[in-house]
Amino acid sequence: MSDNKINFTIDGKQCIAEEGMDLWKAAMVNGIFIPYFCHLKDVIPAGSCRICTVKVNGRCMAACTTPITKDMNGAVVENETPQLEEMRKMIVELLFVEGNHFCPSCEKSGNCELQAMAYRYKMMVPQFSYNFPLRKVDASTPKIYLDRNRCIQCKKCIRAIKDEQGRSYFAFYKRGNKLEIHIDHELAANMSNELAQTAMDTCPVGAIIRKEKGFDTPIGKRKFDKEPIGTEFLKK
Amino acid sequence: MSKAIVATASLAGCFGCHMSILDIDDKILQLIELVEFNKSPIDDIKEFTKMCDVGLIEGGCCNSENIENLINFRKNCKILISVGECAIMGGLPALRNGIPIKECLDEAYLGGPTTGICNPDKIMPNDEELPMILDKVYPCHEIVKIDYFLPGCPPRAELIWEALTALLTGKEMNLPYEVIKFD
Ligand code: SF4
Repeated sequence: MSDNKINFTIDGKQCIAEEGMDLWKAAMVNGIFIPYFCHLKDVIPAGSCRICTVKVNGRCMAACTTPITKDMNGAVVENETPQLEEMRKMIVELLFVEGNHFCPSCEKSGNCELQAMAYRYKMMVPQFSYNFPLRKVDASTPKIYLDRNRCIQCKKCIRAIKDEQGRSYFAFYKRGNKLEIHIDHELAANMSNELAQTAMDTCPVGAIIRKEKGFDTPIGKRKFDKEPIGTEFLKK
Repeated sequence: MSKAIVATASLAGCFGCHMSILDIDDKILQLIELVEFNKSPIDDIKEFTKMCDVGLIEGGCCNSENIENLINFRKNCKILISVGECAIMGGLPALRNGIPIKECLDEAYLGGPTTGICNPDKIMPNDEELPMILDKVYPCHEIVKIDYFLPGCPPRAELIWEALTALLTGKEMNLPYEVIKFD
């Protein structure tokens, strides 16, 4: 076997992955799905949502920011254990009460990863009390509106939506529970329809919504109507 | 076996969940074999006449009457179920939760685009018969203890049916993935 192949187990299953790959992707390559919100293909991981937390040799690590290294040879990774799944469900519940997630009136409903994750964990009601924070909507740019009520602060838009010079359209403002997502109005003034669509598709929730485009996919045909989140990756 | 007694109420809801209860097609005949309705808009019984086994609550609490009603249900039902998004988290009425109540009322009765025509005298509803509006819309389980939750807007008829029959017959619930939805 070539030198850069590392052997380890996830929930007892033998896995092989290339050195340097992140553990989230390595699991996927081996047919194992680890829940995610902030992970984005071909973009440097941020480790901001923590829902991909696994145990590597007994220690909690975010799978997306854990690289496969030589030290991982023979490592024991735990993924779908009752403890980790309970903790992930709790993250979903916390996200639901922390913002304002009105699924019935959200354009992203059915295609939303937060909602899909709640379905995965059969969340009937969050165990925490609702916060109902006051958050502003920014609808002042021509192509998209930004609904901060729904933002889960995953940073995907900041990391992925950039112009030719590499400047981000989005940025965070303030800190802690005052943290807000903002859009650069100058850049956004000339945003193309394609980029607006990519931004909307990149956002895991309905915080970035294209203007002049409503609910165009009927219930039953949306991404997570029939199949749980994760199925789409494992089929590929 | 004696029939289980069911009561239902619509608090700050749109009656969509009640429509969904009725949307079980011919199973409604089986339901009638299984249960007897007490206080409910379905049979228009206005007051509890006996202790009920199951209470189905649609809608959250947006005014003082909703609260009284919900507390009354808790007292008269052995098992209380929040049915639908509004009962579970306030739902669409709770979109007002971030906005001060005065601003909401001003917009609805004084400043809104149609209020000039409909309310030329600028009257704010103030009859003492009217229930007091609350500072925000509350999920039912933040007011009384709720035993079970059935999400959806409205919950799929299949979900309500499965949950009710599982509860009343003791059989296990068989819930396919498509049945638990928040919209
Ligand atoms: S707007 Fe969407 S993509 Fe951007 S940080 Fe918020 S949730 Fe993530």
